[in-house]
Amino acid sequence: MPELTPALLIAVGVVAALAAYLVMAGADFGGGVWDLFATGPRRKRQRALITESIGPIWEANHVWLILAVVLLFVCFPAAFARLSVSLHIPLTLMLVGIVLRGSAFTFRTYDSQRDDVQQRWGVLFSWASLITPVLLGVVAGTIAAGDIPVRPSGTFVQAYVHPWLRPFPLAIGALALALCAYLAAVYLTMETDDTDLQDDFRLRAFIAGLGVFVAAMFALVLARRHVPLVWQGLTATVWAPGYQVGVAALALITFAALWQRRYRLARVAAPIQAVLILGGWALCQYPYVLPPDLTIAGAAAPDVTLELVLAALALGFVVLVPSLVYLFRVFKSRPQRV
Amino acid sequence: MNDLLAARSQMGMSLAFHIIFAVVGIGMPLLMVLAERRWLTTGDMVYLELAKRWAKGTAIMFAVGAVSGTVLSFELGLLWPHFMEFAGPIFGMPFSLEGFAFFVEAIFLGIYLYGWDRLSGRAHLWAGIVVALSGVLSGIFVVIANAWMNTPTGFTMLDGKPVGIDPIAAIFNPAALTQTIHMTLAAYAATGFGVAGIHAFLLLRKPMNTFHRRALTIALLVGGPAALLQPLSGDRSAKMVARHQPAKLAAMEGHFRTESAAPLIIGGLPDPESGQTRFAIRIPYMLSVLAHGDPQAEVTGLDRVPRDEWPNVLLVHLSFQLMVGLGTFMMAITAWAGWLAWRGQELAEHRGLLRGVALATPMGFLAVEAGWMVTELGRQPWIIHGVMRTADAVTPMPGLVVPFTFFTLLYCLLSVVVVWLMYRQIAKSPTAEDWQRIYTPALRDA
Repeated sequence: MPELTPALLIAVGVVAALAAYLVMAGADFGGGVWDLFATGPRRKRQRALITESIGPIWEANHVWLILAVVLLFVCFPAAFARLSVSLHIPLTLMLVGIVLRGSAFTFRTYDSQRDDVQQRWGVLFSWASLITPVLLGVVAGTIAAGDIPVRPSGTFVQAYVHPWLRPFPLAIGALALALCAYLAAVYLTMETDDTDLQDDFRLRAFIAGLGVFVAAMFALVLARRHVPLVWQGLTATVWAPGYQVGVAALALITFAALWQRRYRLARVAAPIQAVLILGGWALCQYPYVLPPDLTIAGAAAPDVTLELVLAALALGFVVLVPSLVYLFRVFKSRPQRV
Repeated sequence: MNDLLAARSQMGMSLAFHIIFAVVGIGMPLLMVLAERRWLTTGDMVYLELAKRWAKGTAIMFAVGAVSGTVLSFELGLLWPHFMEFAGPIFGMPFSLEGFAFFVEAIFLGIYLYGWDRLSGRAHLWAGIVVALSGVLSGIFVVIANAWMNTPTGFTMLDGKPVGIDPIAAIFNPAALTQTIHMTLAAYAATGFGVAGIHAFLLLRKPMNTFHRRALTIALLVGGPAALLQPLSGDRSAKMVARHQPAKLAAMEGHFRTESAAPLIIGGLPDPESGQTRFAIRIPYMLSVLAHGDPQAEVTGLDRVPRDEWPNVLLVHLSFQLMVGLGTFMMAITAWAGWLAWRGQELAEHRGLLRGVALATPMGFLAVEAGWMVTELGRQPWIIHGVMRTADAVTPMPGLVVPFTFFTLLYCLLSVVVVWLMYRQIAKSPTAEDWQRIYTPALRDA
């Protein structure tokens, strides 16, 4: 067992915040994706359900990302500085996605309800919802691949484009997108009691779930050749067999539950599966914040800062958890009417 | 444009954009809560309509503020990685706390906006109160971090590295208290006058409109007291700057030569080449009094500051004059309104006052922008006063003019949309149909 240092605790905290971001905000992005791909006779009602479902919660869900970033720059400043330099371009594009998604969604809610106006904001909202998780995945994939140098060198393209514009990060981008769409579709089956709409999103959950599987397999194949850290971690460690069985079991449970229309079970199993996938990445890279050389201990801020941040986290969660529970109880305890 | 200038421009533009939304995000929830409370106590439906419209306004401004704030939190690293690597562990605590305040704000805003028919009246009002409080708290935490850049404490330098880090001492840096008070008051003054001004303008055209009358009263009640208190807080800030950032104070005042019994220089154009501020009004002894509380006190001029550590004197001085001028106007309008109200006059029927308030609509926001210009430009060439130069903090990535241009265009576009929506959805006079809805509960709940 590794020693439980303050730095390790906070590193776990960063991963936990990212996991919360994935299963909560990820589904909001996924909702935008399904807004883009709304089809069939119930197209309008699908969109209305998505809007109703993410409206009250997306802003709170978004804060998980800010929390992760703040923890990173306060507690692992060397890692934050390094990835901000090399990943300037994908991070900037991701920010554009975040800005457009949030503003367009809000503008659509409060602008004229005329069809053409709604459609214009809708297109912007849904495309931004699609590109943002891809870019987040690309950033994560680049970190996992260990392609962020201490200081960038070579030509502009070598230094600022090449690290992330590669097959493995792009595959992780696709995986992130598929996961978001998958989570959203699974959650949306629980947001309505209209069986036709439920079936629409059940079908979408199957498609996206298949997408998750394909993207994950693709990333694994690429990892074997290009990212030994991830390949070794997922195949040759003590925890690897149990991990693989766990992810597979949850995927099967979710699929079986969707098949039998036991949506409540799918709603529980799918996010656990997503957290496991993210957790697998974190386990592979332990003890590195930025592989191949920057460790948790090596990047960590002085202990006094880490301990204070841990205290702030404890205090913050005392306020945060009941607030979040209240939010979800108010809005998620009964189906939306659309 | 070189990369350093592009990075500074992008940061400045992002802050200038975000601060408007941050300010309204602090002020508007208070307006909305006050309106809802009046509705709950009086049963007057016009207040409910106001609360709902201000809630929409808060929603729009908060959303754009949240996403533009996210941009800023990343830009700290994207543009200033060396600064963040150095400063993160020292001044990061307020950001962690802000994360939670912001979380609470986002959660309860969601509850407030979408919970009108899911919560009891009291629970709903309390959700709004939590939004208003956590909004102020978020603002305070962020300003504390900025104050640390002006008066850095909580560490000592050893071979170019910070040692003996004390994040608590960094929170309680000398500028923290004055800066947070100044900014919080500014947020209420700007929002209050911004809203009051629009409704005053509309009242000039439709004097009997009860919707605008009630909006004007509540907005003045929020903006007025803040505008009255702001000069006091400004005085405390000036004394703090005089002690800890003499170069900034000298630039603000266009004060080149160190002297005792220094006069206050109002207006004019400072010329760094000749070391003179021309075309200005001078009030004897006044700068010594304002900076140190003593007419004979010596006030450090720019002559005591190495030339390569001067901020842009012209811009800092003019921004400062602008801020003070706008603040003085808003204070005067408040005093006038208070005097009229005390004598029992109906404010909404006093056309002179309405014109003054309407004129003040953008003033609070302009003053906020000018004030931030003073704070940030006045600290240059330092990113951390006396410790790290801005030029040493910037990212090595070239071509920064591209993201700067891109974000500028994006933010211009968003500004146009927001202004349009705020007018259309929030401030505009209710139509005949709206009035019917306001006064017919059955229609309202449909």
